[in-house]
Amino acid sequence: MAQRSGVSILQRFEALPIIIVFVLLLLLFMYRAPEVFLAPYIYTTFLSTLPPLILLAAGLTFVIGAGEIDLSFPSIIAFSGFVFAVLFKEYDLGWIAVVAGLASGILVGFLNGIIIAKIGIPSFMTTLGTQFFWAGMATVLSGGKSYALRGVEESSVWQWIVGRPFASASTPWLQELSIQGLWTAIIVGFLWLILTRHRFGEHAMFIGDSNDVSRVVGIDVDREKIKIFTLMGFLAACAAIILTLENKNFFGNQGQGYLLTAIASVLIGGTSIFGGQATIIGTVFGCFIIGMVEAGLVASGLTGAWVRTVQGLIFLVSIIFYMYADEPQRRQALFANLRSLGRLGGVRATEEGGVRR
Amino acid sequence: MTPAAGEFESIVRLEGVQKYFGAVHALRDIDLSIGRNEIVGLIGDNGAGKSTLIKLMTGVLAPTSGRIFIREREIQPGEYSVRMAHDLSIETVYQDKSLAEKQPLWRNFFVGRQITNRFGFIDIKREKEVAQKILIDTIGFRGVGITVDSTVGNLSGGERQGIAIGRAMHYNADLIVLDEPTAALGVAEVRKVVEFVRRIKRSGRACIYIEHNLAHVHEVADRLVVLDRGRVVSEINPKDMTVPELTEYLIALQHNA
Repeated sequence: MAQRSGVSILQRFEALPIIIVFVLLLLLFMYRAPEVFLAPYIYTTFLSTLPPLILLAAGLTFVIGAGEIDLSFPSIIAFSGFVFAVLFKEYDLGWIAVVAGLASGILVGFLNGIIIAKIGIPSFMTTLGTQFFWAGMATVLSGGKSYALRGVEESSVWQWIVGRPFASASTPWLQELSIQGLWTAIIVGFLWLILTRHRFGEHAMFIGDSNDVSRVVGIDVDREKIKIFTLMGFLAACAAIILTLENKNFFGNQGQGYLLTAIASVLIGGTSIFGGQATIIGTVFGCFIIGMVEAGLVASGLTGAWVRTVQGLIFLVSIIFYMYADEPQRRQALFANLRSLGRLGGVRATEEGGVRR
Repeated sequence: MTPAAGEFESIVRLEGVQKYFGAVHALRDIDLSIGRNEIVGLIGDNGAGKSTLIKLMTGVLAPTSGRIFIREREIQPGEYSVRMAHDLSIETVYQDKSLAEKQPLWRNFFVGRQITNRFGFIDIKREKEVAQKILIDTIGFRGVGITVDSTVGNLSGGERQGIAIGRAMHYNADLIVLDEPTAALGVAEVRKVVEFVRRIKRSGRACIYIEHNLAHVHEVADRLVVLDRGRVVSEINPKDMTVPELTEYLIALQHNA
């Protein structure tokens, strides 16, 4: 009967399993590399380096939760980053460059949505195509150049978006505290509200569950999908601007490293690869884990090659875990297989109670 | 919760309706009226035109010619749509397309018509309260381990039909169209669906019930409408015919082709 009421402890506390895994990993790293993980600098560094990943992953939580995928965001980072950098550096447009950068991301996301929803090409194919198109576009327009933004920290754009508000404080780690962590927290908090309590978030989950059911209950599926991809474009542009300002440099492939890590963060966090179920809190902890594993393995004395290996392993293990934890039919199939194995071995199988279909 | 009394006798009435799909004459000279508090069973072989007829009545398809009246008011062809059918209190419960599997019941009750503030944020507390009321009062789920937080995936087939029917009743549908609600259900589940259909009748609403299984529809319907190759060939009072007689009659119909 516990199965039917559907409010087990796992469901009452959003993303509980992943938070536990995060805490265990943190303790492990504190034990293995105390000089790194018991000092404040690693955490202030996370605050400045993780925001782009978290923003991308939060957007992908909506996309994957709606049963779609976006592979084009690394190119949106390249394209929006270019639009921002060139207007900021060559034309000295300041905040207008920020607005233009965001607008370009929104436009690319909107076009993705139009192709997927109105023309009806699967999002995997669409965004595979647009990923090449916009990355190529950014390279062509920039002539393959990078834009070093020297002296950018003097501008109000830099200070407001990625500034160090406590730079003049006496405590060293406080000086390192960067403000993009705050903006990211606000945006992600707002997206959490949208996903859990706004009509739009509910529609995204129903669409991920079933397009047919969504249409029957009166959801404008096409329009909501366009909105989801537009949101993704906007967040990728936010990530692009933060990344460009933080690095004080724009280069064409600055987004490429995020493709797998962002998708991995979302899935590690507990968002279903089949759509219909998504959690922003899980995604944020997924990002923490991805970022921490990278720093922690290096600090533990393992080489960079190990980082990808371990990230890939965590990614696979977590997907397999969620598949059996969240999909009752798969769980039952697994139990049925185990039972038949048990019978073959002459062991009397115990009836599995509670789960009714 | 019961539909307001009006001046009309029939909820839906068709007059001389024809439907062509290209050269195929799918419905011929249909004259049919559904009473305000009547359970009408729609039976006939595959391809007899049951689904097409339902789609005409619920605004999914437009007739090629003929007239449609809703509550004795004539509907202009081209004006009628699914949305308009909803506005006119006609709801269709599809076999597999009414509920989202991974979502909790309370979200399934309100999706598409959420209770929100003006910024579109959902009043979760209110929605859960109302959903709880629907669950207990309208559907009659008591002590079966189902709460508003249960996901649809944990419900049996019959319970799902109950939820979908309960939702339609909550939105004051005057006419609920059930498209083969007992297909692929076990005996105990079928009993539940039959009980839900009786609730529709008791609450003063009308119901069109498409069914393959003659015994199920014979049990609850006030009137059986038999379709054969696009025509209404007879209207039967279930009290005048037993299920075996009905079966004989339908088989004879096929052989007289």
